[in-house]
Amino acid sequence: MEVKTAGKVGEVYRVSGPLVVAEGISPRMYDVCYVGEEGLMGEVVGIVGNKTLVQVYEDTSGIKPGDRVENTGMPLSVELGPGLIKSFYDGVQRPLPALKEASGDFISRGIHVPGLDRNQKWDFKPIVKKGDKIKGGDIIGIVQESELVEHKILAPPKLGERTITEIYDGSFTVEDTIAVLDDGTELKMYHKWPVREARPYQEKLPPVIPLITGQRILDTMFPVAKGGTAAIPGPFGSGKTVTQHQLAKWSDARIVVYIGCGERGNEMTEVLEEFPELIDPRSGKPLMERTVLIANTSNMPVAAREASVYTGITIAEYFRDMGYDVSIMADSTSRWAEAMREISGRLEEMPGEEGYPAYLASRIAEFYERAGRVKTLCGEVGSVTVVGAVSPPGGDFSEPVTQNTLRIVKVFWALDAKLAARRHFPAINWLQSYSLYVDTLKEWYEQNVAPDWGELRRWAMEVLQEEANLQEIVQLVGSDALPESQRVLLEVARLIREVFLQQYAYHPVDSYCSPQKQYDLLKAIKTLNDWFYKALDQGKLIDEILEVPGKEEFARAKFEENYKAAMEEAMNKIKSALLGE
Amino acid sequence: MKEYKTINKIAGPLIFVEKTEPVGFGELVTITLPDGSVKRGQVLDTSKEVVVVQVFEGTRGIDSSSTVRFTGDIVRLPCSKDMLGRVLSGSGDPIDGGPKIVPEERREIIGAAINPYARQYPREFIQTGISAIDGMNTLVRGQKLPIFSGSGLPHNDIALQIARQAKVRGGGEEFAVIFAAMGITHEEAYQFMKDFERTGALERAVVFLNLADDPAIERILTPRMALTAAEFLAYEYDLHVLVILTDMTNYCEALREMSAAREEVPGRRGYPGYMYTDLATIYERAGRIRGRKGTITQFPILTMPGDDITHPIPDLTGYITEGQIVLSRELHAKGIYPPIDVLPSLSRLMKEGIGEGMTRDDHVQWNDQMYAAYAEGVDLRGLVAIVGEEALSERDRKFLRFADEFEKRFVQQGKYEDRDIEYTLDLGWELLAMLPESELTKIEKKYIEKYHPAYKKKGETKVEAAEAAA
Ligand SMILES: Nc1ncnc2c1ncn2[C@@H]1O[C@H](COP(=O)(O)OP(=O)(O)OP(=O)(O)O)[C@@H](O)[C@H]1O
Ligand SMILES: [Mg+2]
Repeated sequence: MEVKTAGKVGEVYRVSGPLVVAEGISPRMYDVCYVGEEGLMGEVVGIVGNKTLVQVYEDTSGIKPGDRVENTGMPLSVELGPGLIKSFYDGVQRPLPALKEASGDFISRGIHVPGLDRNQKWDFKPIVKKGDKIKGGDIIGIVQESELVEHKILAPPKLGERTITEIYDGSFTVEDTIAVLDDGTELKMYHKWPVREARPYQEKLPPVIPLITGQRILDTMFPVAKGGTAAIPGPFGSGKTVTQHQLAKWSDARIVVYIGCGERGNEMTEVLEEFPELIDPRSGKPLMERTVLIANTSNMPVAAREASVYTGITIAEYFRDMGYDVSIMADSTSRWAEAMREISGRLEEMPGEEGYPAYLASRIAEFYERAGRVKTLCGEVGSVTVVGAVSPPGGDFSEPVTQNTLRIVKVFWALDAKLAARRHFPAINWLQSYSLYVDTLKEWYEQNVAPDWGELRRWAMEVLQEEANLQEIVQLVGSDALPESQRVLLEVARLIREVFLQQYAYHPVDSYCSPQKQYDLLKAIKTLNDWFYKALDQGKLIDEILEVPGKEEFARAKFEENYKAAMEEAMNKIKSALLGE
Repeated sequence: MKEYKTINKIAGPLIFVEKTEPVGFGELVTITLPDGSVKRGQVLDTSKEVVVVQVFEGTRGIDSSSTVRFTGDIVRLPCSKDMLGRVLSGSGDPIDGGPKIVPEERREIIGAAINPYARQYPREFIQTGISAIDGMNTLVRGQKLPIFSGSGLPHNDIALQIARQAKVRGGGEEFAVIFAAMGITHEEAYQFMKDFERTGALERAVVFLNLADDPAIERILTPRMALTAAEFLAYEYDLHVLVILTDMTNYCEALREMSAAREEVPGRRGYPGYMYTDLATIYERAGRIRGRKGTITQFPILTMPGDDITHPIPDLTGYITEGQIVLSRELHAKGIYPPIDVLPSLSRLMKEGIGEGMTRDDHVQWNDQMYAAYAEGVDLRGLVAIVGEEALSERDRKFLRFADEFEKRFVQQGKYEDRDIEYTLDLGWELLAMLPESELTKIEKKYIEKYHPAYKKKGETKVEAAEAAA
């Protein structure tokens, strides 16, 4: 790519890992610079006197004082237009397949590839005509980008009100002009947007519709709203990535942006190999058709990792501006925070808690604030739901990244190493987790799933809470010593845990559970609960109740395509044994 | 060639050189001491005023009259297929008295990151012959699976056993082994070398030795040297390479020492804030690449300081690797070898590598059931300690016995005992048969009927066959 010389050219003064100090340029904060002969991409992160501090997105080996530094005068931006869907980008929107083509299996340096393919042609259908007035954020036309996504071509948000003098219908590349405005401005199918700046909208709307994830413990117990924020902290191996993958697969968003931020290469490969094979339960189309992937794995340059979450959220906002519900997963935000810490350390900034920069809290808050359900500039309603994984050192939630995140997000899915060690999956601790959306979303569930949804959920939580209290006694005296009614309660709690809460991500049927099925399962457990107590009242022996035949079949019913029939059969067996009916 | 005698400061492993021509970041440096001996280093920070160099062999003996030469190149390892069978120092020089290695290629030791788009997901089952691994936490080719150990635990024996026994069934190809020792004792190194020689494994091994009394900073090079050799053999010669890195704790200590010398803001427990990233550049070099035949499987070993799994070294490692095998002092004290505690252990890649066509059709559900049963038995031990075994129900007593037998018969095995996967699975079934069949809720009926000893004719299982033969 030709490197534009908008700003001045200077030279390297110092190199320390990913941080390059330059002299002789006079940039603004966050301007993009190119460093050295290979033109390594970097971004201005500090200005001290006549020295400019540049974080470089690529390995700086071999860069030396005196090497050329060029300031583009442009902030770090992403290209927004057709071609985003199904893309696989690095942290600064370079398509990884194109990088592979350019440099083979290993990523080498100084490769400049645009985010959107310049050769691909798209069929553009205008929806406005010559003479129409448009303004920033308006939809001017449509491109069918993938089987699942109708890409709405937006006027750049900062455009003032203008009249269209020309608009073309046909097949174009993203660089072709598709419309001309009265001031001579030529519009293309894409525009650029600086990643660190939130895209504008008209107003925020209250999040009142749940993001259906198909995961029982999430949807029923700790739901997140479309446009809401959730954090999933947990020690290593507890299930952050599997949960995020599950959300990317099954949540009912129209667009999914998945950011692998400083995590494993193989996890991204897994998504790449698996998603094209997986079918969206709602549309019947491959899930990849609505997905954008961003991967800056742990061994890729740390500065680009810092940028990757901004690249991701900007792409998410762009689709929101078309009126879509977008969900974005960031795995893991701790790696992003650590990247900030590393750069800050090299800048010799005054460290805050645990060496993180003092602005950690505000950066985290700013990021999650970009979530929301909004009325877009063009008057549509769209949303961005943000789910961030957090990887606390030693699994200790009192550390700064977890704490600053919990201060801002509304949903907390607490992963628990003990549950994971017992292979209770998802290993989300039901006593520690919370959702502040439960009350606002109740109405939706009661209208769309079942009128007693709220009551049933409350009952189940109560049983689980009571179980936890009883467990303390059981640990001292053994369960046989408890009164019979409490032993029944323990059994019901066990059913809630094992049948309802446990959900094996790799099971072909149980991986996704519709809200209706979630309700049916929990309702059935409540029914069993009532039968147990009734049988007890009728004088049935406790051991007979606890060992009633049919329970194993009941537990396995959720694995059946036709779970209702299997469940009913098992329940009949249980009922006749318990109540003789 | 740029040569200077302008060292103005020496601090720990670092030297500060002034008034140089422009020097590149990461450049390889040689330092000639007044007595003529030569040390190597690398540029850590470079500016118009001063260049900071980390010296791998330590700064002992360096003074301001030493000559510093900037080579204009970065650190490389001479690579050749003839490395197989050789013993090299922690920075890649032959120390076995053999000839110099004639390089086919001089590879940069800082490996470029594998493009995630080029990776292929690992899914080929490696049989290690160790039940607690093969059955419970299966390893696959291209995985990075560390051993979390403690001082005095037999992690070396386990690593050796894996190196001896690891095979891909039906594959026929043997693994090449790269063994990188960082700061281990002479005695430990001797144990490895003797075993390699005795079993003939040395012929297909490359050994990098940095021992406890070798310079600590050299340890920063050693794993990178080893992985560079591994990549050369895997990608140029299509070999399947097993890399054993021991002890990563010593590597991390060296990293901390470097960081302290640079007066960096320390992260948790004094380790540098970038340790996660640094470790990732080592561990992420494991894997498979689409269209290439060779693979790199990593077995890093680390000793958890104070047996604490939340210590930054195991913690950051666990956040990067694809699972972990955790050793338990308690099992070791009970005399169980290998003392693998399966509960905190995990293999994240096993799900794709087990089941029909790979191990056996019942493996997935078997694994679930074995975990659930053992976890329950272990929980009950806590209760027994308080209320006594008499207070337990008959059912609970069975789970308790299951947990004991699981440790004594399933986990426990000989150092030279190479169990195949069918044996491991059948052994597990024998233990599961101690429980009431109605408790086997995680296994479908069809597998119970196929593999449960109660449904089998006598002498039909692998375990019985082995016992009969003995
Ligand atoms: N819902 C689930 N169903 C089945 N298995 C699960 C589930 N959640 C987690 N697991 C198991 O736990 C393992 C670890 O999960 P995962 O990789 O998501 O952990 P993590 O929290 O992302 O860890 P890290 O911080 O190291 O990345 C998985 O490989 C899988 O075996
Ligand atoms: Mg993860």
